[in-house]
Amino acid sequence: MKTAQTSSNSMVLRLFAVAVGMFGFGFALVPLYTVFCEITGLNGKTGDQYSQVSTQIVDSDRLVTIQFLASNNSGMPWEFRPKMRTLQVHPGEVNETSFFARNPASYKMTAQAVPSVTPFMAASYLHKTECFCFEQQELAAGEAIDMPLRFIIDKDLPADIETLTLSYTMFDITAPVQAASAD
Amino acid sequence: MSAIIEQSHHDDHHHGPAKGLMRWVFTTNHKDIGTLYLWFSFCMFLLGGTFALVIRAELFQPGLQLVRPEFFNQMTTMHGLIMVFGAVMPAFVGLANWLVPMMIGAPDMALPRMNNYSFWILPFAFTMLASTLLMEGGGPNFGWTFYAPLSTDYAPPSVTFFIFAVHLMGISSIMGSINVVVTILNLRAPGMTLMKMPLFVWTWLITAYLLIAVMPVLAGVVTMMLMDIHFGTSFFNAGGGGDPVLFQHVFWFFGHPEVYIMILPAFGVVSAIIPTFARKRLFGYASMVYATSSIAFLSFIVWAHHMFTVGMPLAGELYFMYATMLIAVPTGVKVFNWVATMWQGSMTFETPMLFAIAFVILFTIGGLSGLMLSIAPADFQYHDTYFVVAHFHYVLVPGSVFSIMAAVYYWLPKWTGHMYDETLGKTHFWLSFIGVNVTFFPQHFIGLAGMPRRIPDYALQFADYNMVSSVGAFLFGFSQLLFLFIVIKCIRTGKKATAQVWEGAHGLEWTVASPAPYHTFTTPDEVDMKEAHG
Repeated sequence: MKTAQTSSNSMVLRLFAVAVGMFGFGFALVPLYTVFCEITGLNGKTGDQYSQVSTQIVDSDRLVTIQFLASNNSGMPWEFRPKMRTLQVHPGEVNETSFFARNPASYKMTAQAVPSVTPFMAASYLHKTECFCFEQQELAAGEAIDMPLRFIIDKDLPADIETLTLSYTMFDITAPVQAASAD
Repeated sequence: MSAIIEQSHHDDHHHGPAKGLMRWVFTTNHKDIGTLYLWFSFCMFLLGGTFALVIRAELFQPGLQLVRPEFFNQMTTMHGLIMVFGAVMPAFVGLANWLVPMMIGAPDMALPRMNNYSFWILPFAFTMLASTLLMEGGGPNFGWTFYAPLSTDYAPPSVTFFIFAVHLMGISSIMGSINVVVTILNLRAPGMTLMKMPLFVWTWLITAYLLIAVMPVLAGVVTMMLMDIHFGTSFFNAGGGGDPVLFQHVFWFFGHPEVYIMILPAFGVVSAIIPTFARKRLFGYASMVYATSSIAFLSFIVWAHHMFTVGMPLAGELYFMYATMLIAVPTGVKVFNWVATMWQGSMTFETPMLFAIAFVILFTIGGLSGLMLSIAPADFQYHDTYFVVAHFHYVLVPGSVFSIMAAVYYWLPKWTGHMYDETLGKTHFWLSFIGVNVTFFPQHFIGLAGMPRRIPDYALQFADYNMVSSVGAFLFGFSQLLFLFIVIKCIRTGKKATAQVWEGAHGLEWTVASPAPYHTFTTPDEVDMKEAHG
């Protein structure tokens, strides 16, 4: 009987360990998901700041249309729009444009722009060397700003992609930022 | 030698159950706990059913009549949560408690005290969940799938109670499943090898493994919500670097195995009942075991078919489409085996058999509409319509719920020692059968025509089918009171049941007296394997 009891106990412990492990696995899915999306570019997330390893050869025979979209997350009062709605660019060349933002509120606000690219497959071919989305934007009451964006379209962009949409959503993160600085 | 026997007789308390109400609070007896689980799940079934009838009453006519949209949302959410976690899952755990030890010749569950804890957590969890309806801001209103940010940024304040209730249910399920696994692997009577176990035991063993694997992931995802809401993290908040789509991936990584958790034990029940009333051995026992295992494995790698419309690349859509369609193969093996078991059998149609046959037919309809939904390009049309509602209700109501009712009728004489009233049982079956189909079949049509789910109002062209559907829902709902009456009547009176109860029944549980004594299989005797399974 004793041996049966011991083997029960060890089985119970092992099964509990599996349960605890799966709890951890649930959390491990978060970085796994991010890594998976970064590698594959599946969800249209663009990568971090691109450091040019070698000068890309400009493919002057090809023109790609880039559309810019700016929208506010719900509850966000900022004026937020692209300086230009579309841009015709050659793959490989460095392009520059900017987005305009103004804080109409009567108090200082902090915001974060979150980018997304469609078609999703194109996300990994859009390299940003400078983007306002890499940092938080802090604007005083009534303040306005032109935010620069510098990017290169990779010359390896699949031939069937002729138009690329880069969209930014502006999130109000005033409350969490204030809470963090108060700590 | 004789002294030893006397000694063991002395220590062997052949006591019955304790007296009074505290018997149920302190009990560690698997039969008592099984009974508690079954009654609890029936109460939850009535509660969740009441919420469903509020929904159907509001949808009886277009326009807003009875409830406000905010409350309608709480009803759809609570109906789903209560039915999934409160009615179907505890009912199967109750059946496992009653039957698994008796089917494998074990004296009790391996961990009786933990068994008591697993049950008694549940009433607290569901009291907490139901109490949110009375709180300021109302109960959960974000659907039973509680997608972020609806369940984080836009949730009512009561969401924290919802999160803790889910934690408690998870702990209960994990403890219950560990108990089932240890019981099945360690306490089988000598001679009861794995491949001689009844299929109900097999399906529960696999279900228990699924539960141990995915309930912690559910606990993880609600913990992430808790942290997002109260501790300033940004798991699902894009503004802070998170991603709301991540929620859907983690949730459905739990959610898809979860739907098989609710159907695999049903397969086991039906695989016990059909051979009995066809008076033949189950066709393809080994293939049933392998099919169940394959379904369990596949359940882990198809989750994103719930999210075809979130914006997945073509490769992802194709992979999840084909992987999902693959599940039809082992499921088809099962349906084939049930039909082949009935083929040329000497069939009789007592109530459990009626429910089991209805299960095979109607579950297959639900499976087929599932195949339609798995076609990624078509899913863009079906997504979030009543077609989806019709699909999963066909696999859950005439699927899981019918199998539970079949199981109750089948084993009720063993539990109570009385035969139930066959005429009333058949009446209950036909009312339920008609009610279910009248409720859910029209929903296929309005879904294909584009009626969205979870909305309290609808366009005028859907009015007729919605009215039919509501009439069916009330018929089905009130028929369940007849079920309650039949069960109570069977507990109190009825023809005395024999040990075997059914002419064609095979299995160890039919070798003990009816009603089953409080303690069974207390000595590890070699069991008669001829009786092990049908």
